[in-house]
Order: sequence, then C-alpha cells, then structure tokens
Amino acid sequence: MITNLSALIIIPLLFILLLLFSKDKLLIKKISLFGAIVQLIYIIFILIAYINQSHKEDFTFINSFSWFKSLNIDYITGIDGISISMLLMTSVVVLAGILVSWKIDFRVKEFFILLYLLSTGAYGFFISLDLFLMFFFLELAVIPKYLLIAIWGSGKKEYSAMKLALMLMTGSALILIGILILYFDTQLHTFNILKLTETDIPVETQRISFPLIFVGFGIFTALFPFHTWVPDGHSSAPTAASMFLAGISMKLGGYGCLRVAAFLMPEATIEYSKIIILLAVIAIFYGALATLMQKDLKYMNAYSSVSHCGFILLGIGMLNQTSINGAVIQMISHGIMTALFFASIGMIYERTHTRKIEELGGVIKSMPFIGSVFMIAGLCSLGLPGLSGFVAEMTIFIGAWQNDGIFYRISTIISCASIVITAVYILRASGKAITGPVKNSEFLKLKDATIAEKTASVLLVAVILIIGFTPFLLINLINDDTFIISQNFLKVLSSK
Amino acid sequence: MNLDFFRLMLPELFLILIIFILLIIKIGDFVKQNTYLINIVNILFVLNIGAILLCFNNGELFSGMYISKSIFSFEKLILVCGSLIIFLLSHHWLKNHKHLAEFYILIISSLLGMEYMISSGNFLMFYLGLELASITLAALVNFDLEKKKSSEAAMKMILLSAFSSGIMLFGISLLYGTSGSLDFDVLKNSISANKLNIVALIFVFSGFAFKISAVPFHFWTADVYEGAPISVTAFLSVISKAAVVFVFISVLSPLFNNLYFLWNYLLIGIIALTITIANIFAIRQHNVKRFLAFSSIVQAGYILLAISANNSIAQSSAIYFIIIYLFSNLGVFAVVSAISDLYNKEEMKDYRGLYKNNPMLSWALALSIFSLAGIPPAAGFFGKIFLITSGAFTGNYALIALAVINLVISLYYYLMFIKKIFIEENEYPIEKLKPGLNVYLAISTCVCGILIIGFIGEIFEFITRLFVN
Repeated sequence: MITNLSALIIIPLLFILLLLFSKDKLLIKKISLFGAIVQLIYIIFILIAYINQSHKEDFTFINSFSWFKSLNIDYITGIDGISISMLLMTSVVVLAGILVSWKIDFRVKEFFILLYLLSTGAYGFFISLDLFLMFFFLELAVIPKYLLIAIWGSGKKEYSAMKLALMLMTGSALILIGILILYFDTQLHTFNILKLTETDIPVETQRISFPLIFVGFGIFTALFPFHTWVPDGHSSAPTAASMFLAGISMKLGGYGCLRVAAFLMPEATIEYSKIIILLAVIAIFYGALATLMQKDLKYMNAYSSVSHCGFILLGIGMLNQTSINGAVIQMISHGIMTALFFASIGMIYERTHTRKIEELGGVIKSMPFIGSVFMIAGLCSLGLPGLSGFVAEMTIFIGAWQNDGIFYRISTIISCASIVITAVYILRASGKAITGPVKNSEFLKLKDATIAEKTASVLLVAVILIIGFTPFLLINLINDDTFIISQNFLKVLSSK
Repeated sequence: MNLDFFRLMLPELFLILIIFILLIIKIGDFVKQNTYLINIVNILFVLNIGAILLCFNNGELFSGMYISKSIFSFEKLILVCGSLIIFLLSHHWLKNHKHLAEFYILIISSLLGMEYMISSGNFLMFYLGLELASITLAALVNFDLEKKKSSEAAMKMILLSAFSSGIMLFGISLLYGTSGSLDFDVLKNSISANKLNIVALIFVFSGFAFKISAVPFHFWTADVYEGAPISVTAFLSVISKAAVVFVFISVLSPLFNNLYFLWNYLLIGIIALTITIANIFAIRQHNVKRFLAFSSIVQAGYILLAISANNSIAQSSAIYFIIIYLFSNLGVFAVVSAISDLYNKEEMKDYRGLYKNNPMLSWALALSIFSLAGIPPAAGFFGKIFLITSGAFTGNYALIALAVINLVISLYYYLMFIKKIFIEENEYPIEKLKPGLNVYLAISTCVCGILIIGFIGEIFEFITRLFVN
C-alpha cells in the first residue's frame, strides 16, 4: 500500500544503512541528497492521496498493531491535515539542509547519518498517534542535536550542546511524568491518543498533567523562562543543524503542545490559557527586545526565533479556530523562514568568516544572490505582505482580536507592537551588513552561492512565496482539524 | 524421582560437570595452552545454554528445598549468557593469566551458588547459595595477583561481605525464632507485623541492599570495582547484581508480602538515596571502573523502583531491564577491557580522542553508554521507561519525578564521557586496537542486543507469560 506511513521512518533508516556502507565523501553526499528527494516525493504522494480521499475522518491512513501488549503500548501511526503540513515542511527543510552542507569535509559520513537520525525523529514524531511512540521519537532527536553541535559547531560549542541536551531532556522528563499521569489516572490505562480523545480525562488529572506536558513541550519551543538553550544552541550549531534545530526541532514542541496538551486536555487548556498567553507575550516582546541588542547575526536570528515561536503559543492560548490556524501556519512559516535565514547566514559566514554585523558590510555587492536571500528571509520575518510571515501573524492577530476582554486586547496589542521592533532589527542588520558600505575590501573577491546553495535557497523561497500568495491552500488543508480542536474548547466553554 | 532430579536440576548439574572437567584438566595438566582451555570452556557454556533452553520445567526437589520454575530457568539462562559474554570479552586477559583453570573454577562456582540461590525454597539452601556465590567472588577480586590494589579490594570485599551475611543471618534466625521453620512456604503465611518480624525484615533487607550495593550500603563498591580485574568487575556489576535482583523478585517479594507496606517504605527511601547520591558521585569520577561502579549503583536504584511496585508487570519489566542492562554494561566493559588489557589505560582522560583511531569501537561504546543513559534507539530507553512506568503503579509521583530528574543528571555524566571520546583532543590518542575475534564477537553480540531487544515487544510478553506459568 502506498500510504503506509511507516515508510516515512523506514526510508531514512534504509538510507542510513546505505550511508554506513559507503566510503567516498561525494557518494555519501549524493546518497543523502537522493534520500531527501525520495522522502519529499513520497510525502507529496501522501499529500495527494490525503486530499483525494473520499471521506474525511479525524485521522487517516491509520496503521496500528500492539507493541507491548501487557503495558498497553501500541504502535499507531496516522495523519491529519496538521501533521501532513508539518511533514511537508520537515522534508523541505531537510532537503535544503543537506544541500547547504554540501561543502562539509570533516567526518562527512557521521554528519549526514546524524542529520538523518534527527529527521527520522521528526518524521516519526509527526505521524505517531501513541504517546509512548511520540515520546520515543522526541527523545530520538535529542542526542543527534548534541553531537551535531558539539562536533561540528563553532564558538563555545561544548557548553551550548550540553545546555541544549540537558534542557531538552528536562523537557522530555516533564512530558514523561505528564503522560504517565494520564496513563494511570484514566481508566483505560492507555497511551493511545485516539482512545484518549474518546474518554473523558478527569479535570483534576488534567490540572496536574497539563502544565507538565505543556511546559515540557514548551521547553522545546522556547517557552519564556526556558528559552535559554535557543540562542546558545542555534548560534553554536553548524548551518544545517541550526536549520534543523530552528526549523524542525522547535516545531516538535509546538506540535506537541497542540496535539497532546491542547487536543487531549481542553478543560485544562482553558483554565491555563491566560498563563499561556502571558508567557507567550513575554516571549514575543522580550525576544524582540533581546534581538535588538545582538551583534552577531546568528544570535540575532536565534533570539528572533524565541519571539516568533511565542506567536505559536499565543495562537494556541487564544483558543479559537482562527488563532489556532494561525499557530499552525506560523509553525510552518517560521520553520521555512528561519531555515532560509540560517542558510544565508551560514553562507555569509563560510565566506567572510565573521557573523558580526559591525564587521560585515556590502555583502550584496560581491554576493548578490546571498544578499537577496538574506533580505527575503528578513522581510518574511518582519511580516511583509506576500510572504508567509505576514499570513501567519495576521491570522493569529485576527484570531486573538476575536476574544473580548481587556487582558486579551492588551496582549494582542503588545504582540502587534513587537512587529515594529522586528522591523527595526531586521532593517538595521540588513542595512549595515548587506547593503551598507564595504568594510573589508577582501570581501569583494568572494564568490557568490554555489548551485547547491542556490537550489536550497530557491526551494525555501518558493515555499515562502506559495504560502504568502496562496494561503488558502494551507488553510484548507488544516481547517478541518483545527476546527475539531476549537470545537472541543467551545463544548467545554458552553457547558460551563 | 531420579529422572526428575536430573531433569529439574540440569542447569546446576551442568555447571558442576564443567567444574569437574576443569579440575581433572588441572590435576592431569592435560591442556597446556590457555587458548585451548578458553575454547573448551566457551564450548561447554554454549552447550550449557542449549541444555537450559531444553529444560524449562516446573517442579521441586528435596521436599521443597529446591524449586524449579520456567521463570527461574530463564533467569539462569540470562546469567549463563552473561558469563559467556564476559569470558569472550576478557579473552586477552585470560590468555595471559597463569592460573586460568582456577579462575574458571572459582567463577563457575560463584555462578553455581547464584543458581542455587534463585532456585531455593528454603533459607538454608538460600544461604548456602549466597555464601558459595560471595566467598568465591572475594577470591576472584584478588585475581590480579601482582597488584596491591587487587588484594586490598578483596580484603575489603570479604570483610564487608561477611559482615552483611552475618546481619542477614541474624534476620533469618529471628524469622526462625518466630515461626519455627526456614521453609519459604511456611514463612510466607506466618510472617505478620509483629516487632520481631519487622526487625528481621530490616536485617534481611540490609543484607540484600549490601549485595545490590544500594546507598547507604554502597561504600565497598567503587573500591572493589577499581581493584578487581576487569572481567571480575564486569561479573560483579552485571551477573552478581542480576542474580540478587532475581532473588529479590522471586524470593523476597513474595516472602514478605504480608509486610508489603513496610517493605515499600524501605524501598522508597533506599531508591531515593541510591539514585540521587550515586548520581552525584558518578559525576566526580576520574577512573572508568569507578565511574562504571557508580553508574551501576544508579541502575540498581532504578531496578528497585520497579520492584517496589510488586506486581507481575513490574517484575517482568525488571527482568527485561536486566537483559538490556546486561548487554549495555557488558558492551561498555568490552571496550574498556580491550583498552585496559592492551594499553593498560583505565583513566577517563585516556579516552580523549578515542574516536580518531578507533571509530567502530567508539560507536559501540557510545551506543552502550546511550543505552545505559536510556536514550533511544538503544534498548536502554525501553528498559528505563518501563521501570519508571512500573514504579508509577504505586501512584508515588514524587518518587517518579525524582527518578526522572535523575535521568537528566545521569545524562550529564554520560555525555561528558561521550564528549571525551568524540570531541576532545589528545596528544597521544589510543592507537588502533586489534582485540581479536572473541572480543569482537562479544561487542557485536552486545550491540545487536542493544539495537534489537527494545523493538521486539514479544520478548517482554514472553517474560510476562513466564510469570503466569
């Protein structure tokens, strides 16, 4: 059967096996590229099959068997509109990431195997419908990140890698406690998400379990007081790893917050929604302000990721369909946009050996392509209409404005205001580093992007433009599923 | 009856047979070369594994003194397999040892004692097995005959081991005093919450806590592990520990079922202490063997977590974890012993830059370490999560939270080790190792075990079914 989702895990594993037995560096790169293309094509197949299916259910292409019977752990995979769009985003970022790391020369085989392992974790996470399976894939992605940063990274890489690994593991530890509470406090004793949605989880259980799971996933997606791994981790990582980290890995957290915390426990989500919004707004505003202070391009983008991921949590916290739509679009838009950003910063760094805004200048003169890519990513980040960032943030704001009450109004206004700050740092950075006067005449001799880098950038820019100009494609895809989530909230609210 | 004797006691009889063969070889000096002797023992052990596989029988001998159940046979199978892997991984050390036959006789006697301990139906039999297992172990610790540290460790071990046996014996005598019997079946029903029994429980429990080296009875562990030859350290930390856990599960838990509440409190205290304190100590170690000693204490704490739940799923997950722990820990020991035997390097700092010349060995070591740390896709992840899930049966979420947070702390020191191997620079990194076929066999068995066991749910189901039968 063509729509067996387990293939999404098996394909990368097969390519890892192939990589293990290949010696030549160029061959390894070609195999990894080929694998990423196969995966992308397969996901497009699934997307087409998903759109063409006759009857719409919550989850489709379900494939399940009992894994550890006496513990009631099942292997269940299935997708809905949200997860398929996440899968698509992941495969695009993976492909771009592999293209960008074409020049890597140190421990090539290990590098690509770890990238594959990381992406396997992400694919598996998005398709699993069992909390245990989900947890397995979430943890699977942690150690590759550690090794990628610690071995191939730059700067204070060992410190950053350790910080990232320990913080993410703390996050997954909280998630583990949360799902164990869910497991033991419901009568079914199951990790199965499909069965858990049908049962009523007692409100007392939700009150304990929700914060654990939400904060746990929140650590992955830079929830405010737990965001400190993001700047260090992202800026120390090699280019492809930063793209994966910000593009894919942080979305694991957002998706988990939505799928596990908000979807399974609507009562608790409503009770805690104000706290979520508060933390999200702090993240948005504080992240934006902190970005203003950065002198290093990678640190700048990392802090702006904190700010942008705050929008995801804001969208979830606002509890209506439009805002949740916005949160999902923001996840995808930010994934692509930040990958593009890191890719262009990586290209600049590789050539000029500096990421300091002060030391750069006039990049666009010698490297017009890279300069323009940087500008596009920046403009997307500040929400220029026609690019995906605008669609995502606009949808979240519209959704947020639907909630009456002074608290919601103020938080929305503060979040909107952060866009102005975003404009300041983006325009300042691109004005100084990309278009400004040439500081170092050495830079004029540098070569522009290679074909591989151009392909990667064009791919990412294309996705940004597609979402920017035809957002209805994406919204139609996720609409039914966000409707179910928001309907859950409405049911609880009306019963009160 | 006669046939039953052979049928039920086959695992032990086979070991006794091996011991006799070795004695005859030694006396007659039939085998001159160590390599031949190693091969003979390895083949005999493979045959032993086959024999145990054939005899998953239920029954009892000597009017209930010796009990055979299929779960016991399975536990013995684990012990024998583990010993075989240890023989393989310490091939280099064994090959050059002057008293090889004695080494084998002692280590197999210890194994025999453990098997009798598991199968015992009476405290007399149990104590006999326990002493046979621990006295021979003390002699084994001393087997690096030229090293002063080795003798010191053996001295420490024999003194403390005798002390703990004494305490346990005192507890057993109190039990005998209240019930007039040493038979587990009789004791099971006669134990009640009177003061004498509670004191007895605490004494017996302390004896066991010593054997499993739980905090605060752990002080001997690091020194003994450091002083002993690596094969013996591996035996101590895997086989001996596994045997004690098996006894915990199948003998002690049912025996003190009437005092479960007290039993549980003792366990909770010990678990919390063990995983926290051993974790903190593990961070500060510079010697690989001491590091592994503390890491194995932490693992023991997690196993006790499952035992505290006292139901069949929890007990299955403890045994499941033991299998995984065996492969992971022996995987680490295989690499450590190769480096120690060939280059005599045992400090953590010697491992810097190991990856440069030994990529395959480094990955095997890393995989084993990840398995110990409970990181997927290594089997240790499944083992750890099931232990924690079983622990949550009791509803004691504070303890679960402590256990889970300690997982993060333990990740720190395991990653520090990984960092040394893969990232740090070394002026004189360890050269390319060629440890030989036997060691490669041991390492690949461990790696395959770590990669495969977790994903096959059927193994877990098999253990659960054994408990029901």
